[in-house]
Amino acid sequence: MSEISHILPLSKPKEGISRTGTWRLKKPVIDHSKCVKCMMCWLHCPESTIDVVESSDKFVEVNYDFCKGCGVCANVCPVKAISMVPEG
Amino acid sequence: MIQKDLVEIRFHGRGGQGAVTAANILVAAAWKSGLWGQAFPFFGAERRGAPVVAFARLSRRRVRLHSMIRHPDVVVVLDPKLPKLVNVLEGLKSGGKVVINSASRHDLGKGEYSVYCVDATKIALDLGLVLAGWPLVNTSMLGALAKVLNLPIADVKEAIVEYMGKKKGEVNARAAERAYVEVSVSE
Amino acid sequence: MKLVVMHLTGNYAVAWAVKLSRVKVVSAYPITPQTTIVEKISEFVESGMMDAKIVRVESEHSALATVFGAASSGVRAFTATSSHGLMYMYEMVWWSAGARVPIVMAIVTRTIGAPWNIWSDHSDFMSQRDTGWLMMFAEHNQEVLDSVIQLFRISEDPRVYLPGMIALDAFILSHTTEPVDIPDQSLVDSFLPGRRQPYTFKSGDPITMGNLPSNPRDNMRMRWDVHKSLVAAKKVITEVDREWSKLTGRSYGGLIECYMCSDAKYFIIGAGAWVGDMREAVDMLRSEGYEVGLIKLRFVRPFPAEELAEVMRGGKGAIVFDRSVSAGSAGPLYLDTVAHLGALNVEVPVKNVIAGIAGVDVTYNDIASVVRSFIEEIESKGVVSNYVEWYFR
Repeated sequence: MSEISHILPLSKPKEGISRTGTWRLKKPVIDHSKCVKCMMCWLHCPESTIDVVESSDKFVEVNYDFCKGCGVCANVCPVKAISMVPEG
Repeated sequence: MIQKDLVEIRFHGRGGQGAVTAANILVAAAWKSGLWGQAFPFFGAERRGAPVVAFARLSRRRVRLHSMIRHPDVVVVLDPKLPKLVNVLEGLKSGGKVVINSASRHDLGKGEYSVYCVDATKIALDLGLVLAGWPLVNTSMLGALAKVLNLPIADVKEAIVEYMGKKKGEVNARAAERAYVEVSVSE
Repeated sequence: MKLVVMHLTGNYAVAWAVKLSRVKVVSAYPITPQTTIVEKISEFVESGMMDAKIVRVESEHSALATVFGAASSGVRAFTATSSHGLMYMYEMVWWSAGARVPIVMAIVTRTIGAPWNIWSDHSDFMSQRDTGWLMMFAEHNQEVLDSVIQLFRISEDPRVYLPGMIALDAFILSHTTEPVDIPDQSLVDSFLPGRRQPYTFKSGDPITMGNLPSNPRDNMRMRWDVHKSLVAAKKVITEVDREWSKLTGRSYGGLIECYMCSDAKYFIIGAGAWVGDMREAVDMLRSEGYEVGLIKLRFVRPFPAEELAEVMRGGKGAIVFDRSVSAGSAGPLYLDTVAHLGALNVEVPVKNVIAGIAGVDVTYNDIASVVRSFIEEIESKGVVSNYVEWYFR
């Protein structure tokens, strides 16, 4: 509506204004041979950086652009398929 | 100057006896005779059985006042035992009027005021106006008040029916009319 | 025009106005003396007289949050509260103004504890004065009904686009029955068209409201815009009053209403239901030869600074009656009045009377006696000795 000329506190959400992946001290590395496809990591990631991809070599993958390295995924994995590796 | 034709009325009743309802019906009835009226409860919580007051103001023009009524022209007492509990004459203007639910005797003494009696309890019981053991006297007292204020009883009856609906309203209107006829000045 | 007069309490007048304004969502939490507003609206909805959704909530904070959500999705929404309820709602009061969501809220003014008290003073209402809401008082029940409808119109006006609250005094208006003209629905429909909004929340097209600003300067500009819009609302308020007057014959002067001011040397300034008693006091003082006029503040936000200055320039004195106090300073209406009059070079001695706090009854006699001694003091000494007076009868 063009007749409104006020500054409204509205915005359109966009993916990834801030690349939180740079905040990480340790990164989660998934051993896909151990993965049982339970999706616990996908469910618990507080930043929704784990995507279910269902390809031939892996069921899930981590989006390292946004993963902050909190380690929740490694903690909830029932088969210890995720290890937290220090960033180089 | 303060509006000359203003009539200020205070109702004394018990919580649940319908003093506020009587004040509301009064202003609706007065409107039919071209009077502007305002009705309000005592400002606060009310409990069933406890002494309560309600107020009304009537005038030929809009009432601008919103403060409490301290010096009423007329006091209406719905329960004959109330004068023992509260000073129903408090602030009553010299030459003021008291309308009390009482067969003929009352405990109001004598002073610069006139007392009008009507046996509203008997009227209510005769007409079967009883709720939860209490005779419903508010509409009878309204009829008696109409006589004292010189308001047409037809307007009061109509206002009662409009307020209460046809079934309850008609018997209450009959009570008001009987009180209008029976009310008399106490010597 | 069909004219229907009903005997309504102030609270029922609010409910009728909400119904006539075709409000679609109502959410509130009960608190004395506000409760009967929502009870009446529930009756309207239950009986099919009104097409609206009532959302029951567990607190006032949630009530305003619900109404905020409904209004930001584009429907007309209403809530009402009092005193402690308003205190509990306070965070959302700010948020609604900052987010620029038009809403109307009725505040049945009630003393804030401790101690517990259900009678009227204006502390709850006046403590909202920095939030960015339009804020207005009503003097009687007809003005309550008319003003609620007007407030929806002002609030939703594209030049304003802010929420608005209206104060009606506990019991003095809320539970007092007076004759009220109920305007015809078609009249209200022509005056108050459907709600319009420059954005809509819908699934698949997400919008964030109130997200972190990338730069605080943007945020400051938003707050500036809230202020400018309130100032711009003055014109809208005047227009709306004029239009309502054309439709119904009832005008309340817009921002302020003057009574016997044209030749007055002294002014009484006040807001709320006791203005009626102030009118009687003016008549009384006039009959005694005092040249007194009354300025009723109908709106306190936006504050009618220039409007007051115009009426009072050349006067000899004024008393501002406050039914609330900024403890440690003075009454809020007085503070606004003297600040703006001073800045606008209106050199009139102004006295503040704090009265009616906690529901203490104030009559026209009380008002007249205070004004009389003020005038005598100015006439004899030329100055006010006790410029903030607490009046106990």
